[in-house]
Amino acid sequence: MNTNSNVYTVVYAAILVAVVAGILAFVSTSLSGKQQENVALEKQQLILRAAGLGAEIPAGQSKSDYIKGLWNEHIGENSFVLNANGEKIGEAEEAFAIDMKSQNSLLKKGMIEEIQLPVFVCDINGETINIFPCYGAGLWGPIWGYVAVASDYQTVVGATFDHKSETPGLGGEIANPSFQAQFAGKQLIKDGAFKSISIIKGGAPSGDENGVDAITGATITSKALDVAIASWLDLYQPYFNLKKGVVMSGDCCGDGCGECEDGCSGEHNGQHNCQHHQNSAQTVAQNVQDDCSGNCDECGKCDGQEKKVNNI
Amino acid sequence: MDKEIYKKPIFKGNPVTVLVLGICSSLAVTVQLKGACVMALSVMIVTGFSSMLVSLIRNTIPNRIRIIVQLVVVAMFVILIDQFLKAFAYDVSKSLSVYIGLIITNCIIMGRIEAFALGNKPIPSLIDGLANGFGYGLVLIVLAFVRELFGSGTIFGLQVIPQSFYDAGYVNNGLMILPPMALILVGVIVWIQRSIQKDLQEK
Repeated sequence: MNTNSNVYTVVYAAILVAVVAGILAFVSTSLSGKQQENVALEKQQLILRAAGLGAEIPAGQSKSDYIKGLWNEHIGENSFVLNANGEKIGEAEEAFAIDMKSQNSLLKKGMIEEIQLPVFVCDINGETINIFPCYGAGLWGPIWGYVAVASDYQTVVGATFDHKSETPGLGGEIANPSFQAQFAGKQLIKDGAFKSISIIKGGAPSGDENGVDAITGATITSKALDVAIASWLDLYQPYFNLKKGVVMSGDCCGDGCGECEDGCSGEHNGQHNCQHHQNSAQTVAQNVQDDCSGNCDECGKCDGQEKKVNNI
Repeated sequence: MDKEIYKKPIFKGNPVTVLVLGICSSLAVTVQLKGACVMALSVMIVTGFSSMLVSLIRNTIPNRIRIIVQLVVVAMFVILIDQFLKAFAYDVSKSLSVYIGLIITNCIIMGRIEAFALGNKPIPSLIDGLANGFGYGLVLIVLAFVRELFGSGTIFGLQVIPQSFYDAGYVNNGLMILPPMALILVGVIVWIQRSIQKDLQEK
């Protein structure tokens, strides 16, 4: 046979490609279950590490058992899903299954109202740490991570990041624990307003509570991470504010107050009073967990305070 | 069978130190012994089996697209290995990251297929491929052993340099972790080999 004829060459190439594609498709399908399990485990470890758990696997214990154990002990079913208004719309399982890539594309398209925001709640010896995800485009591929925030909703406990294909040794350094360690103790607040963590090229000035050092030689990845953290934490601001007790217009008491004057019974859960509008963030953090709409001012102080707070 | 087929690539015609192929990955994946061993094994499997497969179909391959055909065969094995590692050795697969995928571009593989498998029977081709992969892997393992021992004080992740050394002021050599040191070590290996094997020395 003439192996150099055009027909032979084309047919040969087509058959070869089809056979190889078939083999690869078969293998990929049959291994995908196991691979997804590994990916889920990796994600659990990344989330746990943000809260300072599970960085080291104790000798003699399998990674899978150890991480699953920690996950069930500290996070378990505590996680939930929020919408862009900070209202709870889903449970733990949904929170873990949320595909950050598609959520991020909703964010890019500006379809904020459809976005689903997972919150992982980690309980360490009675202390609650909320872990928020972030996601963005790095230099070569996606970068993502988790920022763990203490129960005051402004102190960062820790952060972990990972990437798909950043340059090893440059952009890839965002996955390095020593880079991530910089985030612990930083503040998500500046002059009373929310401020994301800035990743500063040339190094953050010492004592900067809002900034960390960027990675030398990885300007684009550093900037991308900065944007990813800022844009995602920004989405959680309605929830932060709700928890901190800063009432935004349209939320909770902001709307309710007008109606309150004739609607208050004075019996609303005993503790729910207007004091929290005056910066008593902690009281509110507890109070807003019950539904407070329309009932905020049994104390009658709402009027004046409410307007001030709304202007923040 | 000619013993040279499997003897030559290991020392006298080592792909890394004599032919200077596959340098990039041998610098990149030799920080830790575990990664180097997985890489060595992966490359052995790919070189061996792709050589054998190409040799099996060598008489049917249209000459004009033979490089593409070889590439498809090599790529198939590399993707298979990548998939298996992701399923059964996820951590290793992550630490080797792109370098598993880049086995495709490892010159040793295409080099052996072009130079040997296309003109020889399947079994010698398999042995030639495996031996070349082994020769490459051997250099990788030697490099990784030295780099992990002096760079991190560990072997296979286990601490081998005792704590008392550190207490006495011993410090891990940070340069060992970085690729430039791997290049220097490759140079040292080439130097040692050439001083043993005089016929490699240029006049």
